[in-house]
Amino acid sequence: MRELELYYGPQHLGMVGNFSITLKVQGDRIVKADANPGYLHRGFEKLMELRTWMQNFPLVCRINVVEPDHIELVYAMGVERLAGIEVPERAKFIRSIYCELARVASHLFGLWAYANMLGFDTAAQWAMYHRDLLLDLFEELTGARVYHIYIRPGGVRRDFPRGFEQKIVSTLHAIGGKVPDYNSLFFENRLFKKRAKGVGTLTREEAMNMGGVGHTLKATGMKYDIRKIEPYAAYDRVDWDVPVYTGGDAWSRLLAIRDEMIESVHMIFKLLDTMPAKGSVCTKTPNPFKWNIPAGEAYVRCESSRGELGLYIVSDGGDKPYRVHFRTPSYSHGLTILEHALQGENIADVGNIMISLYVVAPEIDR
Amino acid sequence: MAHTSYINPFKAVKNLFIKPKTLCYPFTLKEPALRYRGFHTNDWDTCTGCGNCADICPNQAIEMKEIAELISHPEQGLKNERPLLDYGRCCFCGLCVDICPPGSLSLTRDYFHIHFDTGTFTFFPKNEASDSEHFKKADEYSVLKASLTHRKQDFQGFAPDLEYALFQPGRAEMRQVPAEKRVLSFIEQVLGYSREEAVEEASRCLGCRLCEEACPAHLKISDYITAIADGLPEESLRVIYQDNPLPAICGRICMKHCEDACSLRIRGDALAIRWLKRFAADTVKQYQKALEQEPGAATGKKVAVIGAGPGGLSLGYFLRLQGHEVHVYDRLDGGGGTLRTGPPAYRLPVDVIDRDVEYIASLGVNFTFNTEIGKDKKFGNLMKQYDAVFIAPGATQSFSTRVPNAEKCSLALDFLKDNKIGNARAIGKEVIVIGGGNVAMDVARESVRLQHMQHPGQNTVTKIVCLESGEELPASKEEIEEAEEEGIEFHTGWGPHRVMLDGQDCVSGLECRKVKSVFDKKGRFAPEFYEYQKTTVPADMIIEAIGQRPDFSFMGEYEKKLTFTERRKVHVDDNGMTSIPGLFAGGDIVNINLDAVTAIADAKRAAAGIDAFLKK
Repeated sequence: MRELELYYGPQHLGMVGNFSITLKVQGDRIVKADANPGYLHRGFEKLMELRTWMQNFPLVCRINVVEPDHIELVYAMGVERLAGIEVPERAKFIRSIYCELARVASHLFGLWAYANMLGFDTAAQWAMYHRDLLLDLFEELTGARVYHIYIRPGGVRRDFPRGFEQKIVSTLHAIGGKVPDYNSLFFENRLFKKRAKGVGTLTREEAMNMGGVGHTLKATGMKYDIRKIEPYAAYDRVDWDVPVYTGGDAWSRLLAIRDEMIESVHMIFKLLDTMPAKGSVCTKTPNPFKWNIPAGEAYVRCESSRGELGLYIVSDGGDKPYRVHFRTPSYSHGLTILEHALQGENIADVGNIMISLYVVAPEIDR
Repeated sequence: MAHTSYINPFKAVKNLFIKPKTLCYPFTLKEPALRYRGFHTNDWDTCTGCGNCADICPNQAIEMKEIAELISHPEQGLKNERPLLDYGRCCFCGLCVDICPPGSLSLTRDYFHIHFDTGTFTFFPKNEASDSEHFKKADEYSVLKASLTHRKQDFQGFAPDLEYALFQPGRAEMRQVPAEKRVLSFIEQVLGYSREEAVEEASRCLGCRLCEEACPAHLKISDYITAIADGLPEESLRVIYQDNPLPAICGRICMKHCEDACSLRIRGDALAIRWLKRFAADTVKQYQKALEQEPGAATGKKVAVIGAGPGGLSLGYFLRLQGHEVHVYDRLDGGGGTLRTGPPAYRLPVDVIDRDVEYIASLGVNFTFNTEIGKDKKFGNLMKQYDAVFIAPGATQSFSTRVPNAEKCSLALDFLKDNKIGNARAIGKEVIVIGGGNVAMDVARESVRLQHMQHPGQNTVTKIVCLESGEELPASKEEIEEAEEEGIEFHTGWGPHRVMLDGQDCVSGLECRKVKSVFDKKGRFAPEFYEYQKTTVPADMIIEAIGQRPDFSFMGEYEKKLTFTERRKVHVDDNGMTSIPGLFAGGDIVNINLDAVTAIADAKRAAAGIDAFLKK
């Protein structure tokens, strides 16, 4: 059969983000896929070398539109590691709660994209609506809905507003009450199963060798979660579990995401119960105009909603970073793993596989 | 399972009967959160124009622009610049709010602005107080008109909060000798910063340079503070010496106009600029090595300086660097002028003065001490022998109240001088100091020390009697607090009427009248008293410290040729030259600040003037 070249994105209904895949197809079968992430290069890592330590934290959140919070967190952790700053206990809890809310919001956004892609519009709209409820919480806590600019080196920018804990609880109850509906409408729906089961299957070895992290590994039965392996913020203060599935396919990945959301909600309740009621939420950092951080380098990592997010940061003793590098989960998911997983699959499943891998294009090329 | 999965999706149908969640703009509006980061407001009345918002902005969305209608008050740290916002660049991070020292900048919950003209996205943020026209009351506000020129009043969003501010409002505490210990001797009260404390304090500086405009001598404060923060006190001293050759002295007794302008003072403590200057001066042991200064190439011109106070010393330094030959004359046995005799040793020890003077002498400035012009040397001869003459004799004569029996009182300057460089005075057990200024505080605090030294273990007291009451006291707040700590009694709002004498013609007390008002309606000094409201404050010694004036008698017939300003100051032109060609003047006889740093500023001006005059 004749081999054709098919351009999937960036101008394609099934494509989210400025990203494209060049497919070599024979009939409906994909022979080879080439991912091209270069539409969204904004040079953040270079820009950061030109801004002071404090000026950088409003910038980093823009690396990932869907979930800016973990990028903020990992940058703050990197600066704190270099400067030897200890974060107050209450701030650690706030960071954990805030990041778990972000994880749920991000997963709901992912669920919207996935459900939309498969044609489950109702579930998609629900997910978007429930994400919006979480954005209301973010707005109340941080003053912004999407780019929160909240976690700063030293802690967080403001304490919880009055009565915020109750608002978190009631919002999460509202979302959690919809889980059975989501299940019956989407996760237990046989159409979803038919579309997702056995699609884009990865073995654990393949996933590991190609740099898979997060739910890609969790869907192959591996309990790999930075929050457990290298606990940061307040994740070691409460008891929680890493849900895993063993199929390695899109279906397992989606269920792992669903279970992770539910686990996150439970974790937030536990964190709210154990967090110190009072106390500082930010260590005083030096004057931002005269803040020189001793020369050194650090690699810090956290578990974002898409998996391990790393930051390598170098100081030469000056008031700006000498070099910054983000190791983002979508880099391996969107390039090596996606190209591998698409081989031999159907054209109709490109979006299905891509979104089940949770590729967020802005993250790939910073 | 198999069957239910067909039916399950239809459960969603029930949602048809639920009210939709989407908002129908503009008929339903979602109220933004209380902390919402929307459009900026800026209270122009509290904004100082320091420009820290423009410096911190990661996107360079803020530019400081001069506003013609506003007036700068450099002495109060107020600049006529205001931030200009560019919403084409702003990312609404709110760093500007968190760095704003006066807390004038904040964000509101407004976020609507739609316009075809991109120029409208650049604007000066104001608030309802400074722009009532564009900030509408709730009943006049319509979301359909919402824009940067149609905004809601009282719509505060992300607000400044000192607890989360990016600057450090609190000062690194200065170690001081406690009051109960320091009154026992003339030990220096302030102990100075250690290296760590100095770096910590210097690091608070935001670098807005409001202080530099407030300083009469315009020292490059921001630069030398940054050098200290970087751990480079030698570099710091080099910067200081560009404009001020008396860092050890000014580091102790400067009136610190800079700190009154510091933008940090508004919601915290001003940066301890004076103590940091002292740190630089005290830390560097070898000035010559650190400064690497050489006198300029010899010009062959000779300049005489009368008075080795801060003005005379600085003038000698500046002119020597330009290569002129300088001779400084003073009637005292060393340099410093009024600083040598006036400020008590617990504030300014004599060896500190000598350190600064010695460095100036090491550059080749000639000093002739113990020589009184007018007595030992004729002023007219100096005018003939030298190419230019600079006079900075200072205010050396104390005023007296001239109340009956006032001749039984001591005068402040003589009292201070004897205690500092002569033989300490015998002090009474019950002392009254008349006056409410800084000199009166010096006298009273010296009196307390002498009482502890001369009458140990006995009941002694020092009282301050002055016309002014409470807040009107002209002395600095710091001095008043420290005087109170040392146990000095304040009798404010009483005017001396008569010195009471006992049978042996010795002082027994001071009869006072209650003050009605100190100043007249025009703000001039014109005290009025209640005739019959009297009190007698008992005392065995009274010291008058109500001001001092200069004495021009040393000039002989030249005095008549001088012209004076309305405020009885010697009139000088822009070059510091008096009405007599070749005669320049500075210090307390010229300026109204009556302090060291203004004398240095005068000297700087006169040095440039003399240099130009000699090169003519």
